[in-house]
Amino acid sequence: MNGLGGVNGLGGAVPRSVHPAAWWLWAIALAVAVSRVTNPFVLLTALGVAALVVVARRGSSPWARSFRLYLWLGAFIVAVRAVLHIVAGLKTGETVILPLPEVALPSWASGINLLGDVRLEGFVAAVCEGLRLAVMIACIGAANALANPKRLLRSLPGALSEVGSAIVVTITVAPQLADSVQRVMRARALRGESARGIRALPRVALPVLEDTLDRSIMLAAAMDSRGYGRRRVLSPAVRVLTAVCTLGGLLLSAIGIYGVLDATTPGWLGAPALTAGVGMSLLGIWLGGRANARTTYRRDPWGAPEWVTVACGTAAVVGVQLTLRGDAASLGMPVAPLAVPALPLLALGGLLVAGLPAFVTPEPPRPAPRGPASPLIADSVRPDTPRTPLIAQTSHPNAPSFRTSPRLIAQTSHPNAPSSRTSPRLIAQSSHRRVRSMRNKSQAWAVEGES
Amino acid sequence: MTGPAVVLDRVSVHFDDADAPVLRDVSVHVEEGELALVVGRTGSGKSTLLGTMTGIVPHFTGGTLSGRVLVHGRDTREHRPRDLADLVGVVGQDPLAGFVTDTVEEELAYGMEQLGLSAATMRKRVEETLDLLGIADLRGAALRELSGGQQQRVAIGSVLTTHPKVIVLDEPTSALDPTGAEDVLATITRLVHDLAVTVVVAEHRMERVLQYADTVIHVGTDGLVSQADPATAMATSTVAPPVVQLGRWAGWSPLPLSVRDARRRAASLRGLPHTSESLPHNHLDRLDAARSEAARPRATRSEAARPAWRTARNATEQSALVATDVAVTHGHVVAVAGVDLTLHPGEITALMGRNGAGKSSLLWALQGSGPMRSGSVRVTGDIDPRRLDAGQRRRHVGLVPQSAADLLYLDSVVAECRQADRESGRPAGTSRALLDRLAPGIPDDRHPRDLSEGQRLALVLAVQLTADPPVLLLDEPTRGLDYAGKAALRQALRALSDDGRCVVVSTHDVEFVAETADRVVVMAAGDVVADGTTREVVVASPAFAPQISKITSPQPWLTLDDVRAAVADTDGVVGTTDTDTVVATAGRDGLVGTAGRDGVDAGEDRP
Repeated sequence: MNGLGGVNGLGGAVPRSVHPAAWWLWAIALAVAVSRVTNPFVLLTALGVAALVVVARRGSSPWARSFRLYLWLGAFIVAVRAVLHIVAGLKTGETVILPLPEVALPSWASGINLLGDVRLEGFVAAVCEGLRLAVMIACIGAANALANPKRLLRSLPGALSEVGSAIVVTITVAPQLADSVQRVMRARALRGESARGIRALPRVALPVLEDTLDRSIMLAAAMDSRGYGRRRVLSPAVRVLTAVCTLGGLLLSAIGIYGVLDATTPGWLGAPALTAGVGMSLLGIWLGGRANARTTYRRDPWGAPEWVTVACGTAAVVGVQLTLRGDAASLGMPVAPLAVPALPLLALGGLLVAGLPAFVTPEPPRPAPRGPASPLIADSVRPDTPRTPLIAQTSHPNAPSFRTSPRLIAQTSHPNAPSSRTSPRLIAQSSHRRVRSMRNKSQAWAVEGES
Repeated sequence: MTGPAVVLDRVSVHFDDADAPVLRDVSVHVEEGELALVVGRTGSGKSTLLGTMTGIVPHFTGGTLSGRVLVHGRDTREHRPRDLADLVGVVGQDPLAGFVTDTVEEELAYGMEQLGLSAATMRKRVEETLDLLGIADLRGAALRELSGGQQQRVAIGSVLTTHPKVIVLDEPTSALDPTGAEDVLATITRLVHDLAVTVVVAEHRMERVLQYADTVIHVGTDGLVSQADPATAMATSTVAPPVVQLGRWAGWSPLPLSVRDARRRAASLRGLPHTSESLPHNHLDRLDAARSEAARPRATRSEAARPAWRTARNATEQSALVATDVAVTHGHVVAVAGVDLTLHPGEITALMGRNGAGKSSLLWALQGSGPMRSGSVRVTGDIDPRRLDAGQRRRHVGLVPQSAADLLYLDSVVAECRQADRESGRPAGTSRALLDRLAPGIPDDRHPRDLSEGQRLALVLAVQLTADPPVLLLDEPTRGLDYAGKAALRQALRALSDDGRCVVVSTHDVEFVAETADRVVVMAAGDVVADGTTREVVVASPAFAPQISKITSPQPWLTLDDVRAAVADTDGVVGTTDTDTVVATAGRDGLVGTAGRDGVDAGEDRP
């Protein structure tokens, strides 16, 4: 093993990206597992597992570096939770750690404690709750870093692929919008305006909006010309069936959810209706997808590593659920009285299993090396760039590589030169013979040739 | 199926908010496997014409289309652009605006995914296309990080993968530097030669494509469209490259369409004697100039028009702007790496170089509004523009940015002008007067967005000139301008420099540089790699040499005006006994010289 980045996959598997959906399922499972937990040992273990997998298996895309942002967001959440507890939280416990005066509130606002003595037990409980939310967000951050959201959208089923494309385009356009805002701000400085704030808004917004609108229209036209939104002709029967499945599925799902949540409705209205509704919806999506002829280039494969990843995530959920049934208290933070939290081995074991994808999945592929950096003046004359000879000849007859001296270029690029094999002196001589009155010039050529 | 690939049958297009139809009764047909070149002034309806062939007009743009458009038998009335996607590939001006995904490989596959091709076919075609366009080493690259030429080649590749029968390209090289444009045009001609695709291309660098074109479709400003074979169409076209203009002036028939054709005809011009009277700047001079590194005045502008300083320019001369060791970095990328530059009043300097060479960054740093990591910029009076506030800064250095329209945010021309007067503290009407000088006849109540490219540029120029800066920087002003628009810009810039202003223009347009600039500075990877008079810099580079120079070298002419002036001089100076001069005069008068073979003979009888 040569460091986390160099961990080989299961049986030295060929490096490839794991299906983005597998990473998202794994991360969601991890988040679900910690959602009932406030025990800091368990929470920090989950965070460590997420971080380990991210560091070992993230790719080279810009998304892969976003995990750190989610960690900062988590830290911010914990801090906000602590501050909120101090300002308006219910201060329980015995040990006063920060004596603060309590603000008396009118009777209609009783139940809200504004400020007041901060007690250790309540404060620790609040921080642990903040930590739980932070870890759940870190799990989503891990999914984002491990799987490019654009790739996830690419693997949507046919009926939803156009929505996916639209979202991808939106994501792509966002940085362009930032570019145009910056450009317009700079342009305004050229007109001598440095006003900021609300008065400057129309002067920035108008050109930016016009620019964005123009771009969108151009992009939409380009996408249309390339076949976006093409439909296969379907029989009317199939279309009717699709509509029935989609609408019926939605209706049944709604009824099913109502049945599940309301204890007074008959049992058959609950889970069975929900299942049937979801099934019909899926059928509708599948039928709708048949109208769309779209295929996917280099579809991400779903193989053993994907199953393993999802199974590892599920293990964490199972571990936590089993602990909840057996010894639910061990998953909480004991605050009355304050004590060292327990070590629920089953839950911790499940979480550690969730860290296995860091070792057993194939490594992400290294970024493809880019071509050689472009040469100094023109990549068109690079010898390895294939070119149409006709163009090359008419544009610059014996265009040499630009690594030769500028003077040589001046000579050989001369359209008068019959071929690059002829020395400048020969050219000078032949033209000398041709035109008597060009003596001065041919001397110039000879001089150039000698130097 | 057989028969024409594209047929337009009495097509008229009328947009709802326009007074007159954009296209009027157009009948055009393009045979299968042909290369059709669409030419016309900016705003004449070239894009609309191409749009009718792809179904974008009227399905996407709105408006009313009468008549019939058939693409391989499919009527665009019943087929939306997406229904033509398997038949027609569309490439636009700005490749980045049309990219849907973010890596090269995914972009190449996108069109095939929409058509529902099998995974194996897609994989194979992506690899083939990567090889065909020579971009295999870029397969995983992010599209936004590619150079303009590479992006445009990816855009062409992304339509090629669906194996369309017709490819429609709308000014595919307008945003590219000369070498990037060469790459793209080479790719296009290769498509026609190797793949037998029907290609319809609107292109302003006509001379590159003209010689391969099978038919030329000329769109007039009145919406009338004519179709003819290239040589016939060029004889009367409202837009013509310098090579065609030279041919028209010399009366050559048939017209030469490529630099190569013209070169064979131009032996007589090349053979003109180099007398010191007619050619103030011959090769010996050039050599001397290069040796002594003394900046020499430009020869193309007549001596009379040249301010006194120009004829006696030396080290003692005053400068308008001195930049020392200017460095600009964007993150870890070094955009400008320690550039020293001295700019003189009354001089037009062209800043050239590949996309991303650091031209814009340098201009912004010189103006003082952009970032600058180190170095110093001083304008007349030892003032550092960076230390001034934005309002004061523009009175010393004015900058017209690449996307000039960013400066405009009001809803009418007159409101923009009033605002410019106010913010510059000038009497009311100053900027309107400037605008009328630059582009007369723009109505007061016109919305800036409804102006043509050239008019909008003139408005921005007027706004910036209201502050009366002695130094004026323009970033890519020639983008989107046709030959006439460039001529107008050239006159405006010359008038400014004759007033004693220092003008810097960053541009890719070599012909514009040859006719406009006194001095050329070439940048590459943040460094200045060449700095000298236009003649010295431009002729010495295969990428930058203007067409007239390629045709008539070793004569020192850069523009048609140079040729005219030189031939007029020779008529008076040289006796008619000289064979060369006889041929030259004959060529100009319309008698086709037999001297066309001269060059070939000279090549054959070399030892």
